[in-house]
Amino acid sequence: MEVVGKTNIDFLGMRRVAFTISTLLVLVGVFAAVQIVRGRANLGIDFVGGTSVQVRFEQPVELAKVRRAIAASGFPESELQQFVGGHRLFIRVKSSGKPVTGTAAAIGEQLREAFSTNPFIVESSNEVGPVIGRELQEAALWAILVSLLGIVSYIAWRFEFRFGIVATVATFHDVLAVLGVFFLLGNEITLLIVTALLTLAGYSLTDTVVVFDRIRENFRTRRRDSLAEMINASINQVLSRTIMTSLTTLLAILALFLLGGEVLRDFSLALMLGIVVGTYSSVFVASPLVYEWRMRGRRQAVGVKRQAQSLH
Amino acid sequence: MGVAALLSFLYILPSIPGFSPLPAWWRYVRPLIFAPPPEPISLGLDLQGGMHLVLEVDTEKAVEIAVERRVAEIQGAVEGEGISVARLERRGTRQIFLEITEEKTRGAVERILGNYPEMARSEEGRTQFLLTLSGREVAVIQEQAVEQNVEKIRNRVDEFGVREPLIQREGDRRIVVQLPGIKDPERAIKLIGKTALLEFKLVDERSRDRKIVEEALKGKVPEGAEILYEKVLDPQGRVVDRIPYLLEKKTVLTGDVLTSARVQFDPDTNDPVVAFALDRAGARIFGDITGKNVGRLLAIILDGNVYSAPRIQNRIPGGRGQITGRFTPDEARDLAIVLRAGALPAPVEVIANLTVGPSLGQDSIRAGVQASIVAGILVVSVMAFYYRLAGVVADLALLLNLVMMLGVLAGIQATLTLPGIAGIALTIGLAVDSNVLIFERIREELRLGKTVRSAIDTGYSKAWVTILDSHVTALITAMALFLFGSGPVRGFAVTLAIGILINLFTATVGTKVVFDWMTLRGMRRLSI
Repeated sequence: MEVVGKTNIDFLGMRRVAFTISTLLVLVGVFAAVQIVRGRANLGIDFVGGTSVQVRFEQPVELAKVRRAIAASGFPESELQQFVGGHRLFIRVKSSGKPVTGTAAAIGEQLREAFSTNPFIVESSNEVGPVIGRELQEAALWAILVSLLGIVSYIAWRFEFRFGIVATVATFHDVLAVLGVFFLLGNEITLLIVTALLTLAGYSLTDTVVVFDRIRENFRTRRRDSLAEMINASINQVLSRTIMTSLTTLLAILALFLLGGEVLRDFSLALMLGIVVGTYSSVFVASPLVYEWRMRGRRQAVGVKRQAQSLH
Repeated sequence: MGVAALLSFLYILPSIPGFSPLPAWWRYVRPLIFAPPPEPISLGLDLQGGMHLVLEVDTEKAVEIAVERRVAEIQGAVEGEGISVARLERRGTRQIFLEITEEKTRGAVERILGNYPEMARSEEGRTQFLLTLSGREVAVIQEQAVEQNVEKIRNRVDEFGVREPLIQREGDRRIVVQLPGIKDPERAIKLIGKTALLEFKLVDERSRDRKIVEEALKGKVPEGAEILYEKVLDPQGRVVDRIPYLLEKKTVLTGDVLTSARVQFDPDTNDPVVAFALDRAGARIFGDITGKNVGRLLAIILDGNVYSAPRIQNRIPGGRGQITGRFTPDEARDLAIVLRAGALPAPVEVIANLTVGPSLGQDSIRAGVQASIVAGILVVSVMAFYYRLAGVVADLALLLNLVMMLGVLAGIQATLTLPGIAGIALTIGLAVDSNVLIFERIREELRLGKTVRSAIDTGYSKAWVTILDSHVTALITAMALFLFGSGPVRGFAVTLAIGILINLFTATVGTKVVFDWMTLRGMRRLSI
């Protein structure tokens, strides 16, 4: 059985459209990144410090009443999120720079008072001091930088420098695109999401490497073809693998998304988005970029040669 | 191949619910396979519920306390020699300032100060001395403070009774405390984070004059005295009032002379109280103090709060006393624990507290396991459906991969967390990818008209390069995550890295062996 048989699609011909789409995606991502740096994005409490409490009531509760109760415990700005049937409630209070100890307890106390006829249990609570948050931000940044650096050097060593750079650009593209979508959706960016971003970076890189591998192989075996033909052929040859792998992985992660519970939901959402964008970028962005770069390099080289000749 | 699978299976055996108690033969096999003690793979706090605390030790306070103690010692020494002192005080956290009234006692003072070689002395005029604690000594004090804090907290947790707690130093001034399955997190925080510095101070005689107390409350505290408060609680335990006490600044006794502390019930009110006993030296000092100050009030202070200030009726020789307050029985029990374990040499602040209730943990496990099973079934059926027999072979490799992964996790006694489960799921994705790469390649070769045998060989050898590249890049990411990630992220990185390495093996060698065996038996057509 085959989903896609032998294909002969002119992927390079579509590069203008693809580059336009990608530029848009990246712009949104860059905007999101800037907002994060400026502290305007919805960063999780693990990065900015604060308190989150998850409670489960016996009967559904009214959000406005919860909000009033929390305001009474000294936190006028709280974010509330209600899950299935209104029993389960996720409360988040951002750090005010003060020590965080006891915030969760204080909130619990107020809720107990406000809902004396509706008992609840605290399912989980996180209190993170701002110091830890800053450290985690820094560590996350380092993890991203080091892994990218390691990957560029590896690919540059295995292929050539240009491939390394392009692969990194494509990976950045994917990470920024997913970050942008998360930002637009207003979803909280937590440590787990950063982990997902790094994982999808690894995943999208694998996709790109598979195509690059084929291009490298074809460089050796099909020397007579033009660069465009060769790259197009390479993408077409690995297309069935690309689609097959993406679909299977997507299926697996869809299961995590639907059944994995609240903790894993955003995580798997990021991964699913990442797989879609990563597949797209390895086909429509990475290889066409290599093509553009090679062609420009060649044109420049020809130009230099001409200049040299005219000097004589 | 088979050996590795068998080993892994034996390693994870204790983790499989149906196999406890373990079969008898496992005991004999264990030493042969270097297996770890027969314990199931332990679950992370996010899966079994529990509390993860990060404490920061206020090491600067420890230095301050050490300097303060030296001030008290010097005070005692100069008083002993009858030297008249104009001023003796701590300056900042690391300096002591001493001013004497008569220049002729200078020699004697220098002799006393000579006992403190760790403090650099600089003279400011003929009658003034400024002592500064050396940087080396500061480092020693801070180091000891953190170490002792770890020790005391461990004692407290042990007495509190938590199964398999983890108390670990992290970095320069941090302590990580993990308490699995804790029922009452607020109480645990109080127990661990309380400094529990017990002090006895005499109530200042001058407080009989209401005016002096009022002045002191406005900020004009008389020389050698300080104001501390007693909290008045209502029946719900809320603070409704604070009674000020004017106390002598000098601490007559601290809690480190305590030998025991336990809960008793006041026969009159039936309220729980904490009764304590002092060691012999402490009892002697206590006897002296009470003997000299009959009729005065002696304040019992815990962490800067006055608990009570009973009047000394007569000399108390045995070194016994009790702390009253409006305690619940639990609070009294916890106070007794912290007093027995001893005060923290330096206060700690909780800078992160992640608590997961046991019910949520179970929910997470169920959700995670369910999702993984569904994901697994989906992937396995897609592979078998799309690649037929070859797909089934690949599925077997996936299963093997999973067994070996759990085997390694059990072998290194890793802790399984929710992100860890996600890591396993991702490894499955990676494993599928390797097989897809190989199979697509084999199909291509078959399309070119090659024989089954050579299509398999070329398929594997050509796909190998790609698989290696993709695995190495994934491994680089996993390593970066491990290096810079904390807690759960690390768990994710570890499972991912283990999965990648195992998959490199099962996907390229494992399935190849099966295909080779098939072709050797004369298979002409490959169902792929």
